[in-house]
Amino acid sequence: MSHPLRRQRYLIDFTLASLWRRRGKNLGLLGVYGLIVFLLASVMLFSQALRREAGLLLEGAPAVTLQRLLAGRHDLIPGDYLTRIGRLRGVSDQYGRLWGYFYDPAVRANYTLMVPRDREVAQGEVLIGAGIARTRGLGPGDVLSLRSAGGTAFAFRVAEVLAAEAELVSADLMLVGEGDFRTFFGIPAGMYTDLALEVRNPREVRTVAEKLVTLLPDTRPILREEILRTYDALFQWRQGIVFVLLAGSLLAFVIFAWDRASGLSAEERREIGILKAIGWETGDVLRMKFWEGALVSLAAFLLGYLAAYAHVFLADAALFAPVLKGWAVLYPQFRLVPYVDGLQVATLFFFTVFPYTVATLIPIWRAATTDPDAVMRG
Amino acid sequence: MTSDPEKTFGSTGPGAPAGGRVPRPSTWPLALLGLGLVLFLGTLGHAAWRGRQPAAAPGAQRELVARLGLSDLALFTEARYTRHLSQADLHSAFQDHPMALDHFPSASLVPPTPISGR
Amino acid sequence: MIELREVTKVFHEGLPNELRAVDGVSLTIAPNRITVLRGPSGSGKTTLLSMIGCLARPTSGRILLHGRNLSGLPERFLTAVRRETFGFTFQRFNLIQGLSVLANVMLPAYPLAPDHGELVARARALLAQFGLKDKEAARVEWLSGGEAQRTAICRALINDPEVLIADEPTANLDSRLSREFMGIMDGLKAAGRTLILTSHDPEVFEADCVDRVVTLHDGAVLDP
Repeated sequence: MSHPLRRQRYLIDFTLASLWRRRGKNLGLLGVYGLIVFLLASVMLFSQALRREAGLLLEGAPAVTLQRLLAGRHDLIPGDYLTRIGRLRGVSDQYGRLWGYFYDPAVRANYTLMVPRDREVAQGEVLIGAGIARTRGLGPGDVLSLRSAGGTAFAFRVAEVLAAEAELVSADLMLVGEGDFRTFFGIPAGMYTDLALEVRNPREVRTVAEKLVTLLPDTRPILREEILRTYDALFQWRQGIVFVLLAGSLLAFVIFAWDRASGLSAEERREIGILKAIGWETGDVLRMKFWEGALVSLAAFLLGYLAAYAHVFLADAALFAPVLKGWAVLYPQFRLVPYVDGLQVATLFFFTVFPYTVATLIPIWRAATTDPDAVMRG
Repeated sequence: MTSDPEKTFGSTGPGAPAGGRVPRPSTWPLALLGLGLVLFLGTLGHAAWRGRQPAAAPGAQRELVARLGLSDLALFTEARYTRHLSQADLHSAFQDHPMALDHFPSASLVPPTPISGR
Repeated sequence: MIELREVTKVFHEGLPNELRAVDGVSLTIAPNRITVLRGPSGSGKTTLLSMIGCLARPTSGRILLHGRNLSGLPERFLTAVRRETFGFTFQRFNLIQGLSVLANVMLPAYPLAPDHGELVARARALLAQFGLKDKEAARVEWLSGGEAQRTAICRALINDPEVLIADEPTANLDSRLSREFMGIMDGLKAAGRTLILTSHDPEVFEADCVDRVVTLHDGAVLDP
């Protein structure tokens, strides 16, 4: 090892031995510091990964969804709007969608009922999402009894439980046949919840939407890019809980730094005098203090970040589940694909390490540069 | 950081009198920090590697989304307008009365749906 | 070997509480001898000592070491000279609390960054020489006065300096330990080092091994 590295190692030796003298206090500081980093990093990693996952998944959403508005509220849309649309340039497919909500008082959960396009569901049968299966303890072959719009009880037999890996999008889904759906909700034939259109070329979507609005003035098109943008705004730092967390953490960092910067005790001053008197240069004293701040904050950062990574990607963000669940009864169990945004990690690193290290150095400056003969004076 | 995580243990000189090796205070902490840094880089690598397989991981989910034409994640199932964030009409939050501000906890996590300039 | 020419040190210059601690002192310290600076408190001996040992700079005048002028050197070089040439012990020992005896002894060598094993060996040899071998891992707070004094001496010698400077070394020792201390000083002189002490303790300045006593009063030398 070359000379300057060896010297730094010796300075680190002293700084760590010095910290170890008050090991309770310093370990406690490290723990609290690490905890704050853990919270911040957990939120950061979780929201980044979830946003990215949403972005990837919802690429498969319909290009344009057409809703009909009646007095500003979402109403059913007639099927012959499809004929009125006719054949628009660029639209490769258009179809009516049937879906709706059902509140189940037995478990106080909301289900989303849907008629699937890709398969035929036999009458009286239902395919349920893994969340419903879990909450109501249902498996294939069991019967689910729901109260329809007309007041009668509908018995659905569970044909299949949807894949558990797809819970993030399907936890509360119930797929039923069209006939059952219309009878259950009392929706007349020829009416749909909304219409969906597939557009081949993404750049033509807006033009299609504009044409639709002109053709059908009482409708509201929702574009896929709006869907994606909605989910891109999830957990943004301006939002309630996240903002409070950020503000709190920032305050904590400020308090740590201020505590460090607010001056030396007489003991510390004396020790610096001794070090200078026995032959340490000003530079050595400053570097030794720098290592103190840098090593503690680096350790806190690594502890917090690694714990957060394990928490979010190995433990499925277990601590956040109650917050996200809110008042809902059905909550999807999902595992996120690990994703790290370098810029955000770098920002976190910067805010964790830099202010604390600088704050440790500030009060030392004056003491480190005074002549050591003050030590001689007693 | 200039410390070398590879050098973990101090050496004892040839003429060391009785007493043997003196442990340096910095040995274990630096080794642990080195390990931490390695793990940190490992997480970056892990995430990059997993990210490179988008088809593999959410395979079942992507298929379902495409086949059923789903438009929202099933994250907030408390109410209709929290369940389908992108489909909620502009008045949903005021279902009860005009002064009924969001009263679900998820409202503090999700901002109002952005509307493309129209 | 060490020459002082018209050295003056003024504190708080220009202010109402201006203090002339050392006033126009000219002195030559001979090598391989024990020199004692003697005088009551306030006579400037501690200030003079700190200037000789490069811990402070004179306000005016020159200090030469082996013919080389020290007063004008930048701090970096001054510190290097101090490290290599001088070893210090202080009136109140000034050991770093909470660290072990061995760690304290090795401290002055840290900026020089020698090989760790070699440094440990050197420190242990010194401790053995002064009868502190068994105390190497003890915290300095637990040491008796004599042991602390000897630890301070070991620390002062770790970089193998030519000159050992001791400020009021016997102030916190009883007469038996003071005599023991002067015996150590004699041994160091025999080993070829130069020693400069300040004291107002007769056990020190009346000891047989002392070669020269310089009396100071109000910052000036009484007998040259």
